[in-house]
Amino acid sequence: MFAFGILFPAILNGLTTGAVYALVALGLTLIYGVLHIINFAHGAALMMALYGVYFLKQALGLDPYLALLPMVAVMFVGGYALQRLVINRASHGKDENILLVTLGLSIVLENVALLAFKSDTRTIETPYTLATVTVGPAMIAVPKLVAFGGALLAAAALIAIVRFTDLGRAIRAVAREKQGARLVGIDVDHVYAMSFGIGLATLGAAACFLLPAYYVNPQVGNGFVLVAFTIVVLGGMGSFAGALVGGLLIGVVESLGGLWFGESLGQVGIFLLFIAVLLFRPQGLFGAKA
Amino acid sequence: MKGTLSPRRDLLQVVIFLLAVGMVAAFAKSGVVLNFTMMALYGCLMAQSWNLLGGYGGQFSFGHALFFGTGAYVQAIAQLQWGLNPWIALPLAVGIAAAVGLFVGALSFRYGLKGSYFALVTLAFAEVFRILALSVPFTGAGVGLMVPLREGAANMQFADRRGYVLLVLGLVGMGLLLTTWLRHSRFGAWLQAVRDNEDAARAIGVNAFRVKLGAIGLSGALMGAAGAFYVQVFQYIDPGIAYGPHTSVEALVAAIVGGLGTLWGPILGAIVLHLLADLTRNLFGALPGINMIIYGVVLILIVMFSPRGLLGIGQSVRRLWKRESGRE
Amino acid sequence: MNSPLLRLQAVSKSFGGLAAVQGVSLDLPAGSVSALIGPNGAGKTTLFALISGFIVPDSGRIAFDGSDITGTPPHVMARRGMTRTFQIVQPFAAQTVRENIAVGAHLRHARRSDALEEAELVAQRVGLAPQLDKPAGDLTVAGRKRLELARALATQPRLLLLDEVLAGLNPQEVAEMLPVVRSLADGGVTVLMIEHVMQAVMHLASHVWVLAQGQLIAAGTPVEVTREPAVVEAYLGHGTAARLAAKGDA
Repeated sequence: MFAFGILFPAILNGLTTGAVYALVALGLTLIYGVLHIINFAHGAALMMALYGVYFLKQALGLDPYLALLPMVAVMFVGGYALQRLVINRASHGKDENILLVTLGLSIVLENVALLAFKSDTRTIETPYTLATVTVGPAMIAVPKLVAFGGALLAAAALIAIVRFTDLGRAIRAVAREKQGARLVGIDVDHVYAMSFGIGLATLGAAACFLLPAYYVNPQVGNGFVLVAFTIVVLGGMGSFAGALVGGLLIGVVESLGGLWFGESLGQVGIFLLFIAVLLFRPQGLFGAKA
Repeated sequence: MKGTLSPRRDLLQVVIFLLAVGMVAAFAKSGVVLNFTMMALYGCLMAQSWNLLGGYGGQFSFGHALFFGTGAYVQAIAQLQWGLNPWIALPLAVGIAAAVGLFVGALSFRYGLKGSYFALVTLAFAEVFRILALSVPFTGAGVGLMVPLREGAANMQFADRRGYVLLVLGLVGMGLLLTTWLRHSRFGAWLQAVRDNEDAARAIGVNAFRVKLGAIGLSGALMGAAGAFYVQVFQYIDPGIAYGPHTSVEALVAAIVGGLGTLWGPILGAIVLHLLADLTRNLFGALPGINMIIYGVVLILIVMFSPRGLLGIGQSVRRLWKRESGRE
Repeated sequence: MNSPLLRLQAVSKSFGGLAAVQGVSLDLPAGSVSALIGPNGAGKTTLFALISGFIVPDSGRIAFDGSDITGTPPHVMARRGMTRTFQIVQPFAAQTVRENIAVGAHLRHARRSDALEEAELVAQRVGLAPQLDKPAGDLTVAGRKRLELARALATQPRLLLLDEVLAGLNPQEVAEMLPVVRSLADGGVTVLMIEHVMQAVMHLASHVWVLAQGQLIAAGTPVEVTREPAVVEAYLGHGTAARLAAKGDA
């Protein structure tokens, strides 16, 4: 159980999965950091993105990696509209309302998908689906490796946007002090919507990287939602570095947990970790003390 | 606006409600009506449970299925593996569900979890239990548990739907009495104070931790009763039904749609939702997931346009009417 | 009165390296109305939070009526007879004035009817009787301040910590509130108030403590304290005392 030949592939696999988890968590942490809301619809949005990539492949023969640009664009626009037209309107400024609205959205999305696509699990076939690469004693599926690289790139892009662009500066301002930002002329509603859009756009990218190595069904979002939450809380709400490190960590924990305790119990481990973090260190590993 | 200062008006309303529904149960001929009444009351029970913790306590739980599933499994296991009579299993199921509530509450409130964090924790706990139920043999793992058919009132299995309606009516009645007591008791005053402003409440002598714990215990108990009832009616339980999101969502949406923190809100909300669901089923057939879509859309609409729920709309209308007729 | 109702001994509290309260010691005699004054950010509200149990001090001891209460939680303190109000009023907005006050009354009355009755009596004492059935959220600022007071009063405190109960009131409202606070003391309640409204301090308080940057810089009667150079400096800046004195001589 502890032999290098078994541990190493498990860890490596965990890292590649973790990178995609991190990408999903990055969007969630951005949304939390700026809008201070927990987007319960994040998993459902990922699921919709996965279906998007799936149908682009089935209907138009578009390779998932080529679908990156359109997916990111569509998810961005969808996210912007959703925040501006639905969530903002429904919140009336109260946090609990936003909680309920995003919950409602997740229920609607998931069940519309169930209605439209049935509960079948679907996968896509690409020329590289079964290709693997050998790293030491480990055989890593090529799609997973690409996912790893892609996730890191996307994370870097996200961090760069927030750090170096005007929009990023506005986002940071609004995140820190909404009223002050408004007073200096920043359109807070627009920044909110942009942040939400970017948050969902990362899901578009995540979906493109995920699908070749994974599958899609209407419930797939649920599995990701809680894992993403765990990462966000573990890494510290609003911290990109935390989401990245947290994602990789969780990926490895899940892989090793699955190795030692079986897949389902491995998942329990993640949730127990989540509960523990929420209780004992809600600011996470990287977050500031509340 | 709060209710009257004495419980008499509330009690009168409760008695009238119980009598009226009791008559329906006793005299209705149509199986459709009886079935609807049963399922609607079952929804009322869950909504009442959520309203206790969320409406009066101000703590929004997104994983209420945790208590439902626990009650259901205890009811099933008590009969199947411990040979207990279902009437004895019922209080056991309620008690253990309440205990689970106390456990989750003690952890969460001890560490000051509120708002989204609390919602997340309840969700996580429900998921943990679901996965455990899936993996452990004595809950039947993925296959679930089946309670054998053995009709007879002594066995809490009724050949005629009427029996079940009366049973669930009794449970709903208990929920109504519990809520009425809460509205006119010191515990209820403390609980709502903590909901409205925890620090201010603490400053004037309220032990916020204990009060919230009491609320989650009572809420868990009612939801556990709903779970036990489910097992008696459908004679089957599995991890997805027990701990999956369906009951969490139904309880939450019905309570909010009806009007949080009111006596009749959960009842109204559950009835409206069930009517809606039945209407949709008649119009569009039994499509998978259509119920949940309705619940989700209604939730969003209510939060957008009338966060105080249907009863809240009623209050605004009444206030408007008073003002217009010069009575304000 | 031999032993003080409230005694603080070298109470200190820091937040992440910032010393909010440093070595504060004071004795509060029973039956008095006293004031805690000082410029903004001096640590007054933090001190209240420490005394009432919302925060635990890093060091030092707090004794109430002879018993050590350092770190005792707020709801227990209320039961023992010490209640505090908040600088930013915190009504139970969805509930009526009567129901608000009743929550306080429930500390001493288990039955709902008793608590509601008591609430009515307390409301009359502070002049809120005409608004008993109004939702607390509908009250004006002055009304909310009275409600805050009434709610605390309903707990039958021996020591009442009032945090800026006059803040946000116009002169007319202040004039109307002063006798209410005065009547508290007449009723046997010891009052310690944080106040910026000097008129109230001069009129009501028999003893004043001045807090600046977390430390006690002066103590005495209102007249004594307002004359002390250190106090003038704390409010008006370094060198002001000397300048004012020079002007006075010129």
